[in-house]
Order: sequence, then C-alpha cells, then structure tokens
Amino acid sequence: MRFETPATTNPIDQLTVIGKPIDRIDGPLKTTGTARYGYEHHEAVPNPAYGYVVGSAIAKGRIADMDLAAVKAAPGVRAIVTADNAGKLGKGERNTATLLGGPEIEHYHQAIALVVADTFEQARAAAGLVHVDYVKAEGAFDLAAVKDTGEPRPLFGGPADTALGDFSGAFAAAPVQLDATYTTPDQAHAMMEPHASIAAWTGDKLTLWTSNQMIAWGVGDVAKTLGIPKENVRLISPFVGGGFGGKLFVRSDALLAALGARAAGRPVKVALQRPLMFNNTTHRPATIQRIRIGATRDGKITAIGHEEWSGNLPGGRPEGAVSQTRLLYAGANRMTATRLAALNLAEGNAMRAPGEASGMMALEIAIDEMAEKLGIDPIEFRILNDTQIDPEKPARPFSQRQLTECFRAGADRFGWSKRNPQPGKVRDGRWTIGIGTAAAFRNNLLVKSAARVRLDNNSTVTVETDMTDIGTGSYTIIAQTAAEMMGVPLEKVVVRLGDSTFPVSSGSGGQFGGNNSTAGVYAACVKLREAIAQKLGFNSAEAEFADGEVRSGNRKVPLAQAAGEGGLTAEDGIEYGDLDKKYQQSTFGAHFVEVGVDVATAEIRVRRMLAVCAAGRILNPKTARSQVIGAMTMGVGAALMEELVVDKRAGFFVNHDLAAYEVPVHADIPHQDMIFLDETDPMSSPMKAKGVAELGICGVAAAVANAVYNATGVRVRDYPITLDKLLEQMPNVG
Amino acid sequence: MRSFTYERARTPAEAAASASRRPDAKFIAGGTNLLDLMKLEIETPAHLIDVNGLALDKIETTQEGGLRIGALVRNTDLAADGRVRRDYGVLSRALLAGASGQLRNMATTAGNLLQRTRCPYFYDTNQPCNKRRPGSGCAAIGGFSRQHAVVGASESCIATHPSDMAVAMRALDAGIETVRPDGATRTIPIAELHRLPGDTPHIETTLMPGELITAVTLPKPVGGKQIYRKVRDRASYAFALVSVAAIVQRDGTGRVALGGVAHKPWRIEAAEAQMPRGAKAVAAQLLADAKPTRQNAFKLALAERTLGAVLAEAKG
Repeated sequence: MRFETPATTNPIDQLTVIGKPIDRIDGPLKTTGTARYGYEHHEAVPNPAYGYVVGSAIAKGRIADMDLAAVKAAPGVRAIVTADNAGKLGKGERNTATLLGGPEIEHYHQAIALVVADTFEQARAAAGLVHVDYVKAEGAFDLAAVKDTGEPRPLFGGPADTALGDFSGAFAAAPVQLDATYTTPDQAHAMMEPHASIAAWTGDKLTLWTSNQMIAWGVGDVAKTLGIPKENVRLISPFVGGGFGGKLFVRSDALLAALGARAAGRPVKVALQRPLMFNNTTHRPATIQRIRIGATRDGKITAIGHEEWSGNLPGGRPEGAVSQTRLLYAGANRMTATRLAALNLAEGNAMRAPGEASGMMALEIAIDEMAEKLGIDPIEFRILNDTQIDPEKPARPFSQRQLTECFRAGADRFGWSKRNPQPGKVRDGRWTIGIGTAAAFRNNLLVKSAARVRLDNNSTVTVETDMTDIGTGSYTIIAQTAAEMMGVPLEKVVVRLGDSTFPVSSGSGGQFGGNNSTAGVYAACVKLREAIAQKLGFNSAEAEFADGEVRSGNRKVPLAQAAGEGGLTAEDGIEYGDLDKKYQQSTFGAHFVEVGVDVATAEIRVRRMLAVCAAGRILNPKTARSQVIGAMTMGVGAALMEELVVDKRAGFFVNHDLAAYEVPVHADIPHQDMIFLDETDPMSSPMKAKGVAELGICGVAAAVANAVYNATGVRVRDYPITLDKLLEQMPNVG
Repeated sequence: MRSFTYERARTPAEAAASASRRPDAKFIAGGTNLLDLMKLEIETPAHLIDVNGLALDKIETTQEGGLRIGALVRNTDLAADGRVRRDYGVLSRALLAGASGQLRNMATTAGNLLQRTRCPYFYDTNQPCNKRRPGSGCAAIGGFSRQHAVVGASESCIATHPSDMAVAMRALDAGIETVRPDGATRTIPIAELHRLPGDTPHIETTLMPGELITAVTLPKPVGGKQIYRKVRDRASYAFALVSVAAIVQRDGTGRVALGGVAHKPWRIEAAEAQMPRGAKAVAAQLLADAKPTRQNAFKLALAERTLGAVLAEAKG
C-alpha cells in the first residue's frame, strides 16, 4: 500500500480497540519468566556449548602475539576463535569497527577471542588463560583536545551545515545576546539484558537467536560479515530486554557465537559479560556545543546558531546535536554546523533520540538563559518564538505542532504560575526548591514496513512481521491494530514478531516502530479484508468487519466461515510518498520538573515531574505512558548522574559496570505525571500516529538543569549536574 | 573464575587452622563481594572455607552492658535489631544506607568489615593496581579519582574503604573479636583493624594469616543523638562521596567519623575536642593532612558542610 495522500476516515478511526489502555498482551509471559530472551532459547537449543569473550586490554595498537596453549589444554575447551583462525571476515554496513579485532586493535575491549567450552564456567576460566602481547599505539581519547581537527559530516542524510539569512550580522546587531558552550558526556545504554546470542548451523545455514531491534539489518550485516548469502541467515529475536539503540546493530556476541558454533561443530551461546558492555559495544558520544542566540528586547529571536563537535572512530558518524535547532524556534538568521573529530574510543552510535536528546540538553538551557537575560518568562519566550513552518524551509509547514498547547496545559497542571523566577528563594527545610521547564521535540520518521496476516477457520487472526518488541508494547499495539481492522476481539489475535522469515518491518528505533509497524499491519489487513470480501462476493468498499463477522447490506458471514478450511492469508506493507517532504513531521512536548537541592551538601533530588506530549494518535495510552515515563527517568539519569568517564591516558571508559555507571534507582524517581494532548496526524500514516518513546527523553535533562538553576542560582553547563559542580557557589551554612 | 576447592568449617578455630595451612584460601560467608571478585579474577583463591555453618549469628548482651554481634549476623538483621535501633542508632542508620535490601540480606557483619575497595581500576584486571597486583602501579593517581581518598592515601594507592557500617562502628569504638589458627583469641580495637595503604596497599587489615573474625563488640551505650549522613550522587545504591557518623551529646561534645575519604573509617579523637566550636574547626583537624586530587578536592568542602549539617541536626 502506498501512502501518498493524507489519511481519510478508515476502520482504525472506530477506536473500539485502538486508543484503549490495554495491558500488554505479552505481560504474563514476562512476569512468569517464560518469555524467551536471546540467551534463553533452551527448548530450541537444548545442549549448547558456551562462549566467553576476551576483550582487548589496549585501546589502540596491535596484537604481537597471542599464546593460547594453556587455553587449549584447559578442561572442557572445544574451540578458540581469533582473527587468526576465523577466516576472511567482512564488516557489517552498520559497524564502524570490526566485531572481531586482531591483529589491529581499534578500541578498548574490542573482542579479540572467543573461548568455547562445554560449560560457561569452563569457558570463563579458560578465557582467563589467554595471554596476549600487545604493541600499543598512540591514540586520541580527549574530545576537547581534538575538537578543532573535526570535519563537517552529513547529519542523518542531511547536510553537515545549514545557514539562512545573515547569522553573524544579525547576532552582532542583536540587543540581547547569549553565547554559551555546553558539554554532554559519553553515555551508555546500560540496558538490563546484555547483548546475547545463540548460534546453530545446519549445513551452511545459520540460525541466530539474538537480542536485536532491527532484524533485516542484522541479517544483512551477519551475512556480509561472514561472507555468506543472506538467504542462509535466519535471525530470531522475539523479546528484547532493553535496547535503546544499542541493539540496532549486530554486535560481537552474534558474530562470535556464529564463528564459535562453526568451529566447535555445535550450537554456541554467548552473552557479553557486563564489564565488556561499556567499551565493546556502542554508546552515545560526548558533545561540545556552542549556542548563540540574538533577540530583540521584546524577545523575538533574530539570530540562532548551534555548533556541535563530537568524536568517533574513523568512519563513524557525528552525534547530530544541532538537528532540532534547525526546526524548533523561529528566527530569520540562522546557522548550524556539525564537526566530527577522530577518536579511538569505542564506537559512538545511536542511543534513544540520537542527536536530539543531546542537542536538547544544551539548547533548552540556552533558551532558559536567554529568557532570563530578556526578563521574559521562559514559557512565554518559547511561545513567542514558536513557528508553524520549518524555519529553514518556510514553504514546509509542520503537519501538526502543538508546542504552545503543551506548554499551556503543562503550566496549568504543574502550577507554573507559583514559580518564583528569582533563583534560590524557595526553601523547604534543608532543601532549596526550584522549578524548571523545557521543550520536548523529536522528529517523526516514515519507514516502510510489511506484515503477513492470516485468518483461520476458528476466526483467529495471526500477524507475522519481523518487527521487534524491545519492551515498548509492539505486540500489544499490533494486536490492537489487527483486532480493530478485522473486527475480532483482542484474544483472537496472535502476534508473532522478531523472525527474519516474516515480512520485513520498520523495526524498532528512532521512535518510528509504533506508527510504521502498525501501518504495515493495517495495509496487510486491508488486503485480507479485500480477499475475504472477494471470496464472499461482497463489495469490499462496503464490507464491515465487526463482532467476528463480515457484513454487507443485509448479509453477514462469521469470519470463521469466511476463512474456510484452508484459511486466508494476505501480505502487504506500507510505503510512503513524499508527505514527509511536503510537511515537517515532528512530535512535541513540554517537560516540567521540580527539584530540591540540599543546602549543605548540594545533593540534587527530583521531587515532581510532568510531561505533556502531542504526538499524533496514541494507539495505547498505557504502553505509550510507560514509554514516556521511562524516557523521563532516563532523562533524569542524563541530567544528574550518567557519564562514561574517559581515562584519557589509556583510552577507555573506566566506570564499565552498573555499580560505577550510575543510572537512576527507584529512590531517585518521584511521582511522574504525564498527559497526551488529543491529536491525530493524517500525514503520518493511516494510523495517524507518531512516536513517543524518544520524545519523552528530549528536553528532560534541560528541565532538570533549569530547575537546579531556579533552586540555587548556579548555572551548570556541563552534564551531568553533580553536587561538586554546585558546591562552591552554595550559600554558607552552619 | 579459577577452579577452587571447598570445605565447610565446623568450628571457628578449625576454620582458622585450615586457612593457615593454605595461604591461597579465603573464608566465604555471604559472598556478596568475594564471588563478584572471583568471577572477575580479581580474587583467585584456590580454596574456600565456608564459615556459614559456624554458630556466629547471635546478637547478645555483654556483661559490660554492651552488645556482642556475631560475625555472621546479616546486615538486615543487625539494622533491625531492637537494641541496636534503640542504643546504637548510628549503626542501624549506617547499615540501611549501604548496598540494597537484597545485598543486606546476605552480607554479614565480618564480611562488611572486610569488603574491598570499589576503585574502578582495582576492578579492571587490564589496569595497573598495587592493591590487586603489588608493584604494578596505581592507575587511579592521575586517572579517574572522583570517588577516591583525600586523607591517609599514599603514592601507591588512593582507594577508599567502601563500608558504611564500619564508619559507625568506628564512632562506637567497636572491638573486633578474632580467633587465630592456634586457637588463641583476641580483641582488636576497630581503629587498629584497617590499615592505611602505605606502600603495601594489598595488606588491608592487621589480621594475621588465617585469623578469623568471630564477633564485633560494642561498648555499653553512650547515648547522645546518633546520626549517619551519607552523601551520594543518587539517592540509593551508591557508595558514599562522603559520609558522617556522629554521636552528639546535649552539651555539644561527642564523636565523629568520616566515610568515603580514606582507606579506612576516618576518625581522629583529638579533633572531637573541637565539636562544641563547630564543624569548621573539627573538619580542619580531621582533614589537616588531606592531599586530594584535582577531581576529589570537593570532598574537603563537602565533608565540612555535611558535618555542619549533621551538627546542626543534632542541636535542633
């Protein structure tokens, strides 16, 4: 199905199942521990060998010698995979460094060997006996030191730099100016389930049970790396224990499991051990961002400029922190610039709202600072500079843009009018209290997506698509879509996901999974409805599907009967025209945060949070809310604690476990309130939905930072905002 | 993890004797720290002596009116004990500030005292660490040292002791009862249990080879307001940047010990004479010899300010 013109009324608009806060249908499997994750397919692979990954002890250089004698002699060892014996390997299109290093080493903890043994304990013990002699090489590990060597790099397919009008002139002439530099640190996805795979070969055909967000990408990159046809690779990933972008790409667990299984002649399972997760896999790269804003005294932005510096392995991509500045606020004179320097840390890549999450961390502090300089309420300043058109391409309107409405609704609900704009004036016992806000913004991406739908003679509807559920609720919203389209109760829908033998979906990433994968299911259901109508001799345009029946005029036929003995199957997908070129499709929100800062210790604790989101039709308010409050939690982590600390001498992230890389715990997260504004977006798809999962994180950290400023009068521009950055400027006590 | 042999000891003396016969042996109780370290090959004992079967899990009143806490009393049980909550509030509060509920259910009193540092370089066997591999150097000096010691450190090691419980016990003047391989027992004042790193940071206590902690004794209650204040980046499940254990009497005299600043719970009795004059004076003396790194210099101001807040709370 091609989607080329705005959606009109369709069966989804009935909203009998869609739009309802339905519990996730895979919930019982998860709460009873029977959902099978990448490492757990015991029934499918009852007797695997175990692989243990050895990571490089240096960041850059080469392996001079690897002594494996003791490993080979260790109990239970079945195979040892190294670059020396793995045969010729390619590199996945979406991998920057090779997944099996050696003799060249590209980053710390790059996998250099897999030890395969009968038991996990034997593999782990034997891996400890690998002896490696390295020749170290000089590397670049300090973004600030190399930033000026950065070069322009395209940004998500768009230009590295953009410009409109005369930014320099307008900025220089502006009566009120801000010129400030912000930094965001490297961050880890730190998902609960590590990268994990089981590989089994049947002849020259490989099956990989794994944990992956994008099945078709994974098939392609496994095939390319191993040098085998795509048809010989099957990926199965029905459940994913957290991805956040870290599992968009196949990683060393998958490749090494495949190589290990080939070498050992039996299935092999590999999970990346937690201490490897931080340097072996990808992370959100650090940024340095300079923002300049010029405005008239009455608060109209006349010049806005945003420059970003980030670093990556040669061949990697920039973080993309300027992307939202191209679209968020009006202003006739504008510029953005993206510079990428070479670093020899692990590969930087996508993490929840890549680009925008980092960019909003800086931009939305800058807006708060500018509002203060102008003496204008930060919400009013944002509303004053709201725009309904793409500011860089004025001919493109936004399809829907309720930014102002989000702020108005949120201000009312949160009690913004009670905020004292003077910092440091509100006390509650030992706490000094502050309130902050920030815009939320994330683009909506259109990605083609297909599905297969089958109607059985007991009126069961089975949906198959290689879409993944990374904890988001894909199973549930897909079931709701099929139930709505086919007029059956939810219990009559079976959803099967995450298998490369199913039609290729959008996958899960970029908050595009919800809208696109359900639109693909919609398309397949339309085709199935046509097949049913045709079989019954109904006019498919008039046929109604409801209550387990097909109706047309005064005829009605139960679906089970319509299916017949053999059942009926239809396969189709959604493909998009140029509605996303003609219209800018984005999602919007407003975050509100109240913090308390301990007057003596400067410890920061979040007390209240609210997010108001406008993101198209909300397919399931319950799973959508879960996405947003989870993202808000991640935003608190970004604001207050998350930082991969770089050892700039040895070139690695030092705090590489979950004790030292802190993410929020329950005690850090207070009551989280969130509301969705009514919205349908006919430009996005027949579902009229967009995404929310990344919108929810964008702006949160800045809202926290602005609240900390309001509480203390201390403006911290370098994340995370830890107490040591406040302490010197806190008032004297005692 | 390396392979190891395993035995269950039947008596404390037998456990100590067994340990003295095997220099590569380790006692195991709750295992909340040791097992993690073994999995990472930071600890590689060839023999484990399981002491969980020793009947050291009682909390008893001593003749002097204090408490004897068995070495195997779990942190959860110790924190919840009525006598501890009533008479040694600083200890109960310190315990509850540490780790997580699940870990406290397993972790024992003696194991808590003997837990090892959380320095990230200690945890990465690719990196030099004098504590893990004597003579290899210290990667934390000149590296990521925000969490590290500001006092009592050396050119060899700037690690901190991570325990909260031990800081409170230091303020309470606890005694550490042990049994040695020859069956002899002794009581070590907690002040003398942990060593400063010097040039042998791998030797962390004054326990002799094989010597087993059997109990911790607390002198009879000293009253006063008992406060434990732990400062950290997140609200729970994080090690202290700085912590303060304080016992403050009505007249403003009392005791204070600091956590998160040194290789051992940090208390200087002489500094306590300054308590009636306020936190600044106490902190000046407690931290007089501080040599912080650029990354952890904030701990000096933080310790003083936290102490100030604690003394104010005690007064109010």
